[in-house]
Amino acid sequence: MANMQMQKTPMPEQKPEIRRHNFCEVAEGYTAEMAMNEAERCLNCKNMPCVAGCPVGVKIPTFIDWIKKGDFAEAYKVIRGTSSLPAICGRVCPQENQCEKNCVRGIKGEPVAIGRLERFVADEGMRNQVEVPAIEENGKKVAVIGSGPAGLSCAGALRQKGYAVDVFEALHTPGGVLVYGIPEFRLPKALVNKEIDTLRQMGVNIQVNRVVGRFATLDELLADYDAAFIGSGAGLPRFQNIPGENLGGVYSANEFLTRINLMKAYDFPNHMTPVRVGKRAAVIGGGNVAMDAARCALRMGAEEVTIVYRRGEAELPARAEEIHHAKEEGVQFRFLTNPTSIQGNETGYACSMTCVEMELGEPDASGRRRPVVKENSEFTMPVDTIIIAIGNSPNPLIPQTTPELKTQKWGGIVVEENTCKTSMDRVYAGGDAVTGAATVILAMGAGKQGAEEIHKLLSEA
Amino acid sequence: MYKILRKERLNDTVTLMEIHAPHVARKALPGQFIIFRIDENGERVPLTIADYNRETGGVTIIFQKVGASTRLLDTLEAGDSILDFAGPLGKPSETEGIRRAAVLGGGLGVAIAYPQAKALHQAGAKVDLFVGFRNKDLIILEDELKNACSELHIVTDDGSNGRKGFVTTALAEKLEAGEEYDAVIAIGPLPMMRAASELTRPYGIRTIVSMNSIMIDGTGMCGGCRLTVGGETKFACVDGPDFDGHLVDFDSAMKRGALYKAEEAEASKHVCRLTGEVH
Repeated sequence: MANMQMQKTPMPEQKPEIRRHNFCEVAEGYTAEMAMNEAERCLNCKNMPCVAGCPVGVKIPTFIDWIKKGDFAEAYKVIRGTSSLPAICGRVCPQENQCEKNCVRGIKGEPVAIGRLERFVADEGMRNQVEVPAIEENGKKVAVIGSGPAGLSCAGALRQKGYAVDVFEALHTPGGVLVYGIPEFRLPKALVNKEIDTLRQMGVNIQVNRVVGRFATLDELLADYDAAFIGSGAGLPRFQNIPGENLGGVYSANEFLTRINLMKAYDFPNHMTPVRVGKRAAVIGGGNVAMDAARCALRMGAEEVTIVYRRGEAELPARAEEIHHAKEEGVQFRFLTNPTSIQGNETGYACSMTCVEMELGEPDASGRRRPVVKENSEFTMPVDTIIIAIGNSPNPLIPQTTPELKTQKWGGIVVEENTCKTSMDRVYAGGDAVTGAATVILAMGAGKQGAEEIHKLLSEA
Repeated sequence: MYKILRKERLNDTVTLMEIHAPHVARKALPGQFIIFRIDENGERVPLTIADYNRETGGVTIIFQKVGASTRLLDTLEAGDSILDFAGPLGKPSETEGIRRAAVLGGGLGVAIAYPQAKALHQAGAKVDLFVGFRNKDLIILEDELKNACSELHIVTDDGSNGRKGFVTTALAEKLEAGEEYDAVIAIGPLPMMRAASELTRPYGIRTIVSMNSIMIDGTGMCGGCRLTVGGETKFACVDGPDFDGHLVDFDSAMKRGALYKAEEAEASKHVCRLTGEVH
């Protein structure tokens, strides 16, 4: 008989008043007992609606069944069978819009905490040495550009099939958005490194400091490789193009998060990259990146942090859990508000921001109600740190240096639906470089699909 | 790891290093830059490429001990290695069609002006090279410079080499005397590049400046290097580092360049404690 408890088994977390001053992980994870209790809530539905909601098709009821039996190693094998980065997905997937959204238990009460269970299993599995499967070399070589979720997942899948895989990473550390974007308190870097080490043990060759488009063009790579996969991400920050945006104290979320996460500015001057955070910070935008930036600002010592979002609370695109955590930590929200200019002091630093209030009008192309400016609603708020988190465009470096590669007007690489095939022979692409900023799991799904398609192409040849 | 092949102190504060980085050397062109990081705790520091050798894989950088990282780099010797070296970054300079050029270098900017002058000179252009230093003890690369141009003008702020003035004064004299150029390439401190751009504006001479903005990744990701050019926001790392000097908003660039002064001083002190150097 299943556990009919209506709510998810709670997961222990650091208390908000404590964690807002440190970069340690917020959620502490289930114990074996908690995990087994939560696993019992799963009804093991025959038609598995949860699996249909997972971009990489993790066999959810099967791994949960192994948890019920207390065999966490078997559960881990099941997850790894379809997902190359389980400890990461368990932490950063928007489960409420994917697997958990389809969970039958969610009709009355809360769905099974699939994300928390995945995380538990992955953490257990990683504590033990991961068995590296024996790989039979097939003599073919693939270049993977970018070592974020799309690239890593593609590289892992190709390597398993016996391809020699070289991954080219522009930065000095592999991981892409997992290391420069998502903060330590949400995704510990030691864990990302461990997942990457597993790929290395499998024989994936990751080369850092290699900016494709500069040190070699895509065409040059194709001379040496049988195929290429582009997973170069959505790295180009958008700005609002309002007066004062180039003042000191105004950051793109990318810059702010990169200084803190990748360059470890919270440990300045031991780590030599600084970041300057004042007393009052405003974060523009309402996605996960905005929540991450706001919570980092708090941890860097800002006394007051406000999320400024032009739509309403219901329209916030961030994961429910991130919004909840941000609120608990004391991040304030100003909905239906849009900045129009930033004012600076005599030293060139921002000191205040002028905004207008908005109201929601007719739905736009995205189906969301379009915010329109409320007349005579202008006001000014005192802020000294402004972080712009309104999204990123795909990185233009590869398209710029590869004219044959077709892109959308907004910069995304054009691919054939469901095949990741680009306009160039033997070149595949996936993740944010194709879709624009989306989620880790969608990028991983695309990487996996790219690997399948490359395998199809090269095994026929 | 990237090995230091050669180290040469050009003067008390300026050092030349040749780093073994074949992946950069094979594609590098004048105007492009690299980003280095010394060790795990290091910051990412952009430096313009001063020279490269496709055969040996050596890339030459010239730096001034101004901040914590350059101080630390200066403590390393030939045979030592640094952890990261990425490049070539940025767009190469567009110098096609330039037959007569004035190349201006100020201070450390001379190190970057040098490859530009050399490339133009080798391509057969007539190159007048104007370089300026604070005093005669700071003059660097004199022999190399002589071989990279048709006419070399060295000036010093204090006149200690016998020719007092700024590079812009020297160029102004030439222009007033009726000399004509297809382009002026000015590389150095922001006030110098601004002065050069203002000088050439009335003459309508195309003026190229090289913007050495604060940046982190150098690939378009952080936007820290953004500047206003002709009213539009541009990124020095992917849209530059070369820009039309007549369109650059130098005021805002100067303010952005000084944003981390306090932190730089603190990091420098920290490095002094590490290396035992007196600051």
